[in-house]
Amino acid sequence: MNVGALSLGQTPPLRVPMPFLISAPVFLLAGALVLLFGQAELFATRWTREMLALTHLLTLGFLGTIMLGALQQLLPVLAGAPVPAAARVSVALYGLWIPGTVLLVAGMGLGGPWALQAGAVLLAAAVALFVVACGSALWRSGSRHDTIPAMALALLALAVSATFAVWLLWRTGWQAPVAHPVTRLHIGWAAILWIAGLIMGVAYQVVPMFQLTSPYPRGLRRTLVPLLAALLVAWSLWPSPWLSAALAVVLSVFAGMTLWLQHRRRRRISDPTLDFWRVAMVSMLLAALAWMIWLVRPDPRLEVLIGALFLAGFATAAVNGMLYKIVPFLVWLHLTNRNQEAGLGQRGLPNMKQVIPQRHARIQWWLYTTALALLCLSVLFALPPWPAGLAWTASTLYLLWNLIGALRCYRRHLRPLGSEKAV
Amino acid sequence: MTTFSQYLGDDHGRCDELFAAAELAADARDSGTADAHARFVEAMEHHLRMEEEILFPAFEEASGSRMGPTAVMRHEHEQMRQLFEDMSGALAEDRFDDYLGMAETLLILMQQHNAKEEQMLYPMTDRMLAGSRQALLARMQDA
Repeated sequence: MNVGALSLGQTPPLRVPMPFLISAPVFLLAGALVLLFGQAELFATRWTREMLALTHLLTLGFLGTIMLGALQQLLPVLAGAPVPAAARVSVALYGLWIPGTVLLVAGMGLGGPWALQAGAVLLAAAVALFVVACGSALWRSGSRHDTIPAMALALLALAVSATFAVWLLWRTGWQAPVAHPVTRLHIGWAAILWIAGLIMGVAYQVVPMFQLTSPYPRGLRRTLVPLLAALLVAWSLWPSPWLSAALAVVLSVFAGMTLWLQHRRRRRISDPTLDFWRVAMVSMLLAALAWMIWLVRPDPRLEVLIGALFLAGFATAAVNGMLYKIVPFLVWLHLTNRNQEAGLGQRGLPNMKQVIPQRHARIQWWLYTTALALLCLSVLFALPPWPAGLAWTASTLYLLWNLIGALRCYRRHLRPLGSEKAV
Repeated sequence: MTTFSQYLGDDHGRCDELFAAAELAADARDSGTADAHARFVEAMEHHLRMEEEILFPAFEEASGSRMGPTAVMRHEHEQMRQLFEDMSGALAEDRFDDYLGMAETLLILMQQHNAKEEQMLYPMTDRMLAGSRQALLARMQDA
């Protein structure tokens, strides 16, 4: 074993993850505004330009941006292996990913092959860079935790899904792509293995950490994500409803186990992150149930509901909850390290609940839960989308305000050190 | 045969139990919070001593470096100790909210620290120090 390969202390600078974490909610806000000003029949089918743009504001803009930022931060901790040239990789990723997402979504919503082409090129370059950078960190990891193969499979799925997307755009002549057999594959790989697989790999570690639960049973940790990958390959080759049902069952087992572990947690005090994760897991169970119903009785509205529960429920809630642990801890950690470098103690620095007060996280949880419920009701009962849009706008603005508050707290406490450079 | 991973990993679990009890007491503004906190800190100090006085020196001798992973671990131990002290100070003045905020901070610091030890450092010491493991574990039990 090479001791030199083990780097336990290499937290990247705050400017590596933070621009991603702060920018992501802006895309969610844009999505909320689409709902607010969207036409009454927005949710009748997923095959419209508006729905396509809306979905990608959520997946690329919000979820993707946070996952890119968070993974660069989490890899050194969870895998013991930092991303090589972290600061430069982060700048390049941000410069490719953010304009790429803006262009692609604009091309989808407003039309214009050049915007789709430019967006696809930038995003493809970002995905390639991200997969190579994180993949090489995982490769050098000294950890044998089951998180490592789960993350590796998720990264692979991101690359596969992006390849399908570029192929679809090229094949359909750079028109916003609609119904096509390959669309199913793009969605399957992106949602099931990239998004869910990554959240599962991270959950294996952070659920026991944050709530002091028992670990996930070893057998589940070992098998769930590789099983998802194997089923996904089979499902890609043979579109059988039995394989779809099997995928839904595997995802439900993960969600059910997470709820069970959290129910039996040792840490009993109230915690907004815990409640975000509970909403996430219940949404996953409902999404799986809706998928099962859809297999028996296909319906375009049900398709939209599955997407809403999975993306705006499961993935968004998990990511939103994580932000309330990652961001305050990073602010505390970097202030502490800066103080110690300057020969000062860590006394007088804000603790995590002073960086983002818990009541503010709690209020945002209520706004988010209301927004999610209104969204699902609008989809299910063909209601106009503006009430859901209003709630999403409020929830997202509150989230953004909480994150900006954390950054301002960081800068305020940095100033006494005489450092002009903040993030 | 017991390994460092098992012995010290189980001890992390014991410390976590005491942490959760102290935090819950503070959340309930319980008059027994100071005792619960003292029990937690005592268990933690014992754990940190076992590492700093027995495990880390043996690891450093075997690897020939004091600047490797153990230096990072020692640094994080010091950050934890500062929080223990600040938390005691908060309790002495009945500042329960400050205590809970610091407890949240300590939890994340401690858990990410434990994860690095349990997933990387302990398995590595299990392999590197296999020959002297039983003697070292016996010293830890007496520490």
